[in-house]
Amino acid sequence: MNEEQIRQLVAEVIKSIHEQSEAAPEEMKKSGPVIDDGMIPDVREDDYRSYIDIPDAANPEEFLRIKKQTDARIGLGRCGNRYTTKAYLRLLADHAGALDAVMSEAPEHLVEENHLLPVQTLCRDKNEYMSRPDLGRQFSDEMKQKMKDACIKDADVQIILSEGLSSTAMERNTNDLLASLQQGLKLEELSVGTPIYVKYSRVPAMDVITEITHAKVTIMLIGERPGMSTYASLSAYMTYNGYVGIPEAARNVVSNIHAGGINPIEAGAHIASVARKMMEQKASGTDLQLF
Amino acid sequence: MKQEIYSAGIDIGTSTTQLIFSRITIENMANAYSVPRISIVDKEVIYRSNIYNTPLIGSTEIDAKKIREIVLGEYQKSGFRPEDLSTGAVIITGETARKKNASEVLRVLSNMAGDFVVATAGPDLESVLAAKGAGTDTLSKEQNVTVANVDIGGGTSNIAVYRNGTLVATSCLDIGGRLIRIEHGKISYIYDRLQKLLQQQGIQIQVGEVADEQKLRKICGYMVSQLAEALNLKARSPEHAAFYTNQGAAVPEQVMVQALTFSGGVADCIETNAGDAYRYGDIGPLLGSAVARHPAFQKVRIYRAKETIRATVVGAGTHTTTVSGSTISYSTKCLPVKNIPVLKVSREAERDPKQLQEEILARLPIYYSEGKAEPAAIALTAEDYHSFREVQQLAEALLTGTKDLYTNGFPLIVVIECDIAKALGNMLRAALGKERPVICLDSVYVGDGDYIDIGEPLIEGSVVPVVTKTLIFNN
Repeated sequence: MNEEQIRQLVAEVIKSIHEQSEAAPEEMKKSGPVIDDGMIPDVREDDYRSYIDIPDAANPEEFLRIKKQTDARIGLGRCGNRYTTKAYLRLLADHAGALDAVMSEAPEHLVEENHLLPVQTLCRDKNEYMSRPDLGRQFSDEMKQKMKDACIKDADVQIILSEGLSSTAMERNTNDLLASLQQGLKLEELSVGTPIYVKYSRVPAMDVITEITHAKVTIMLIGERPGMSTYASLSAYMTYNGYVGIPEAARNVVSNIHAGGINPIEAGAHIASVARKMMEQKASGTDLQLF
Repeated sequence: MKQEIYSAGIDIGTSTTQLIFSRITIENMANAYSVPRISIVDKEVIYRSNIYNTPLIGSTEIDAKKIREIVLGEYQKSGFRPEDLSTGAVIITGETARKKNASEVLRVLSNMAGDFVVATAGPDLESVLAAKGAGTDTLSKEQNVTVANVDIGGGTSNIAVYRNGTLVATSCLDIGGRLIRIEHGKISYIYDRLQKLLQQQGIQIQVGEVADEQKLRKICGYMVSQLAEALNLKARSPEHAAFYTNQGAAVPEQVMVQALTFSGGVADCIETNAGDAYRYGDIGPLLGSAVARHPAFQKVRIYRAKETIRATVVGAGTHTTTVSGSTISYSTKCLPVKNIPVLKVSREAERDPKQLQEEILARLPIYYSEGKAEPAAIALTAEDYHSFREVQQLAEALLTGTKDLYTNGFPLIVVIECDIAKALGNMLRAALGKERPVICLDSVYVGDGDYIDIGEPLIEGSVVPVVTKTLIFNN
């Protein structure tokens, strides 16, 4: 190829580039901004437990059967040595969900709707709650007085609710769980004290309340620390004759209460029968004979 | 905490009658910080009776008196008393189930064999029991294959196909070792339908003629090839449909059987076949060797069954009892209940409380006798009810629909599939008060027209044993 030919070639290329760049704005002017009323699908709508994304799996049926036993992200395929985009986006979304569950403020409308007495621990805000577990177990004198004044004393059962580490758990489970628990307690013929909501609470805060209300059985319903597969899970901690400093072994716990675990209405009914057993045996934790 | 219960299985088959006792161990498998999950953790056969020839009066009637003697004798030998048993099943199987006094025998035995022993039969159930006794369900799960158990008895061959531990098909054919009997070298009995079918194939055989081994082998070969056709191991012949018991269902043609187990009396004649061909006075041994020789059965893998001649009775004694879910609600003192017919609400009506209520109201009178209410259990999946409000609506619909039951002093029995029984039961109990008993169970899978028995609570009242009986005699 000689110099002339090269020059010609370059000129043609430059010309065609010019033509393109002139044409583009024209086109945009013609159509204007495009408004699509479609929606970007929510990556969390996708149930990754129900399929495998591995091309040419040797035994997809068996893989699926195994996969159904776990929430682990297996069989989602890969691209080189990385996640596929779909799996990675889902991972980010679930992580964000977990963070939201911890960091967002509690749905306090539920407190009013369920006629709970609202109190707060020594923590002043979410950050302090996160960084000072010790403060999440204590109340100011005013708060203690508030409970002393407003609460029924010496009931068989004291119910306490807190968002704990998952506001999402409180939001999703409170109504069903409380309704079912209260119905169960009524059938077991146990008297129930004034239900309390504690903002920024750690589990041992329940012991302070037991000392104030003198309830025999104290039940604390509190949001669990979220994980990647569940961020809406709640636990019920229960003591019989609790006191500040009670050993952890004296607490019963029913954990994993959420739609995908123990559904809240069955959990409520179950917790009521555990409370009955505590009353009968006058014991909780490792001393309680459940079966 | 563990709890052990004892279960009886009594099988009155075409040719043999047997009895076993087994021990069922129940334990909470959930960890301490979860709701209980109580399940059957072990089943062990602890006593096996002799194998008796089923006593008959003539060829159409079961000798109930002799059966009674057999069962009483075995109770004595084993040291068990009827009151030791909490559950179990008496089943009359195969050709015998079509004998005229079968239901009478069931009734007599059921009352004699422990307070809570139940009576069941029907070819589909028999197929399932035999397969479970043979261990086919577990085998299919462990090996991850589709396995068929073929229980070749005296009068029928019962097929149950399992894939990954799940039942996919059952079938029952009139093929068995005692459909032709031989006494003193002569044919003494031929099942009339078989005789006709053979005639169509150009094989003539009459009662009284001298037993011709070549001819009998040919007949057995023909019967076995019908089995192969039923298992989709061979293309189905035009006359194949005529072999199904009571025109029952065939294994669907798309089911690909990868492996087989054989149980029933004839199974013992497949592997070892020494001795006189007529040693049992029938064609059982010849049928066994025909199975061993037939090329269609070489195509698939054959596993040894855990039980052969005892498969059905072991299945009946150990596999009929299940336990309910562990979060349930019931009024004490109304258990056990026996032989309760099941009204299963249709899937469509179940979705809407109003429709559910209407359907119960419309269908409940079917179970009444002479216009008076009789006990019945209401069954539903409850898949669409999650929140407290929704379940409350369900409870209200159930209460309106079943008013006839509880106002006449019968317990309100509700069995559901999804895990909401404790909450639902609590609502029903709260509404009905202490005087009117409620039984509300979950993890119970029943079909319309089934019957259920619900036993006394186990493990500190956490669960109840449940026996589901698919219609006695499927007609």
